Amino acid sequence: MENTPENPNSTPLQSFKVGDDEYFTIVPQKFLNRKAYQTPNPKIITSFMPGNIPDVFVMIGDVVVEGQKLCTLEAMKMKNVIYSPCSGTVKSINVEPGKMVPKNFVLIEIE
Amino acid sequence: MQNALQGGGAKAIEKQVAMGKMTARDRIISLLDTNSFHEYDLFVEHAAKDFDMDKKYLAGDGVITGTGTISGHPVCIFAQDFTVAGGSLGLMHARKITKIMDHAMSLKIPLIGINDSGGARIQEGVNSLAGYGEIFYRNTQASGVIPQISVILGPCAGGAVYSPALTDFVFVVDKISKMFITGPEVIKSVLGEEISMEELGGARVHSEITGNAHFFAESEAECFDQIKKLMTYIPWNNTKKADPYPKKAPRTKEFKISEIMPTDPREPYDVRKVIMAITDDSNFFEIQEMFAANIVIGFGRINGQTVGFVANQPMVLAGVLDVDSSDKAARFIRYCNAFNVPLVTLVDLPGYLPGIDQEHAGVIRHGAKILYSYSEATVPKITVILRKAYGGGYIAMCSRHLKADFVFTWPTAEIAVMGPEGAANIIFRSEILNAENPDQVRKEKIEEYKQKFANPYVAAAHGYIDAVIEPDETRKFIAHALEISVQKSEKSPEKKHGLPPF
Repeated sequence: MENTPENPNSTPLQSFKVGDDEYFTIVPQKFLNRKAYQTPNPKIITSFMPGNIPDVFVMIGDVVVEGQKLCTLEAMKMKNVIYSPCSGTVKSINVEPGKMVPKNFVLIEIE
Repeated sequence: MQNALQGGGAKAIEKQVAMGKMTARDRIISLLDTNSFHEYDLFVEHAAKDFDMDKKYLAGDGVITGTGTISGHPVCIFAQDFTVAGGSLGLMHARKITKIMDHAMSLKIPLIGINDSGGARIQEGVNSLAGYGEIFYRNTQASGVIPQISVILGPCAGGAVYSPALTDFVFVVDKISKMFITGPEVIKSVLGEEISMEELGGARVHSEITGNAHFFAESEAECFDQIKKLMTYIPWNNTKKADPYPKKAPRTKEFKISEIMPTDPREPYDVRKVIMAITDDSNFFEIQEMFAANIVIGFGRINGQTVGFVANQPMVLAGVLDVDSSDKAARFIRYCNAFNVPLVTLVDLPGYLPGIDQEHAGVIRHGAKILYSYSEATVPKITVILRKAYGGGYIAMCSRHLKADFVFTWPTAEIAVMGPEGAANIIFRSEILNAENPDQVRKEKIEEYKQKFANPYVAAAHGYIDAVIEPDETRKFIAHALEISVQKSEKSPEKKHGLPPF
């Protein structure tokens, strides 16, 4: 007897809980690939979309205030300025001018 | 005349064939009934004047249009010809397409579009954008009036993807179909991300991940067979019903419900076998088989009449409703309602899928689509509850409360706010916590709850269920319900249009 709609006899049934009830069923890859939720940390500045970093305005150890320019992210023919969401000291910089970054890449950390 | 019939010429055709693709004219001929194709606008010439385009001849301006029949059904058809300027869409190319679309609308017959095009013809500038816009407008006007079928047999990129996206059914073929808004080269230059065309928007991606495609085939020939089969299940337009076929009994030796269903309610089974135990000759024509497989949708016939099936699939993710499965089912329910196809819903689900990713992906908004579609549907609605129907899932799966015409359940059905374990933990919370042996008491209370609510009779006592039936009687009850519902006519309140949670 086939045990999966897509691939007969290939996907084993797994335990799968909905609330307090347990079921045995196929758990598709798309479900397993979902990413765990992370609480956003405003001190970690990430790229909100993939693109190029034309300028970085700060250096490690710089004291920055909320609203200060940190770097620019160029994507979709638009230069977006990234401002510091908080005041603090620049702890690390993971980009240099001219670098391409994917989405959600950690650009700068502040402490 | 000969020039026009040769498309892009021998060399271009050779290239097309080398890619494993048929020519546009061959595609039309293989899809339509023998000798039924009648071509129009063969001598239309392109309107591009700039960039030395006026010196070029483009056969039929890169698209073949006409009418014909499929199994005797009249259809309007167009096929983009990749051998002519890459099937690029210019003003006259678009005008040929919109003309055949206008024919389809005034004749009230289905429209089939075969897409194989590099995209907009850059040399024609804004005129090619205008062409796309004119097509989208007509797709939208025709939506729900005539069946619209899109066949992706080559690239379909940028603005071109939105015409198929607006149509009812999209067919793709492995390794041939490619659909995306921006291709790998643009993505790389703008964003620095590398991906192949196949991984970005190949036939599998759209069949498994995005849900853009409804039918997946290994070859163009298989794809055309699928289209021919689909045409037998759907009506010519929204004023008609699908053609009736001779009645046939299901193949009950292979598909007997009492043998398909496991005795343990936690054991899964393939709900498609239950559908096949109900349909004529046990034929079930599944749609979007690989996308959101936790819900099953498709066509079958009961006593010769087309029926749309929506069924939870306990085999995948326990059959839960989630963002994708709600979206998939809702669109199909609306299709059936628009084209007078009665709906049969088979219910066996533990509810909506819990999880942060689901909540953040908008399971409220997407989940609401299924409620909206069922509530809005005025075709005959018949629901059979097979095993579990918990919580919001019970309401959503075409319950009596969403105006199902008939609701049947099997004696094994459990209709409750939630599963027995969860419910007992809440209702008997203090008794369990204060007991000397909480585990023992919890077990007893779960059992008590099961006895009381894990059956169809509480719901039946309120009249929410019309009949508790034996599983092997399911087809008989559905067939009778369909038979007496043929005259059903229900009017929705007058409105311009509703606001489904898009």
